[in-house]
Amino acid sequence: MATNPSGSIRTPVAKVRHLGSARSGTQHAWRMRVTSLALLPLSIAFIWIVLGLIGKDHATVREALGHPFAAIVMLLFVPTGVYHMMLGMQTIIEDYVHGEHVKMWSLMANMFFCAVVGLACIYAVLRLSFI
Amino acid sequence: MAVTDQSPIANEQRRPLSPHLQVYAFALTTAMSIAHRITGVGLYFGTLLLAWWLIAAATSASAFADVSWFMDSIVGRVILLGFTWALFHHMLGGIRHFIWDSGYCMEHPQREYLAKGTLIGGLVLTILVWVAAYTIR
Repeated sequence: MATNPSGSIRTPVAKVRHLGSARSGTQHAWRMRVTSLALLPLSIAFIWIVLGLIGKDHATVREALGHPFAAIVMLLFVPTGVYHMMLGMQTIIEDYVHGEHVKMWSLMANMFFCAVVGLACIYAVLRLSFI
Repeated sequence: MAVTDQSPIANEQRRPLSPHLQVYAFALTTAMSIAHRITGVGLYFGTLLLAWWLIAAATSASAFADVSWFMDSIVGRVILLGFTWALFHHMLGGIRHFIWDSGYCMEHPQREYLAKGTLIGGLVLTILVWVAAYTIR
């Protein structure tokens, strides 16, 4: 039986409820796996597209990235990749950043960074497709 | 000599500690685990380059010329080479994790084969892609 030096009448389980390290069971780990599985073919397709565009001029690159196949691959690859890396960086922050304030700000910065990079890429791909 | 317990925390209140890196002997699997994280961080910031490239292509010919100039420079090429390797290494590391998730290859020596496979495979795929890149261009 555990000791109760503070004399609190709260039960031990009430004290730790909702305080899991990631604040959410297996959701994080599962989403990591789903995104990594999706990224396997998507990354290969991404490399394939980029490989064909090395050293090409602006007009050629514009046209190639505006092609439906390339655009759809990019529109799948970017958000999947960005979500995957957001989850990964979240784990790294939770592992190495211990100060409660710095941790909170780092986690927010992570989300903002991923949102900005992700939306910027998506906007560019859509613009290449439609303008 | 008897071991004296100097911890100020009462025995019942102590929580189990998970041992950290420095406790273990260094192994190839350790290095691959660390490399998986480092390549992940590299890819994370590498997306800035992808965003720059895409936005430049969507903006104007002169903006695209700027990003092309950077990618073509020595610094740009080194970064892109690193990005290619990080992508393949992290990808193979991910496959390795899927194999473990399925319950296979966790014992010695299979896990060492996997670690070597990740390391060599990542380097080989990087070289193949760069040879292809220089051949196509």
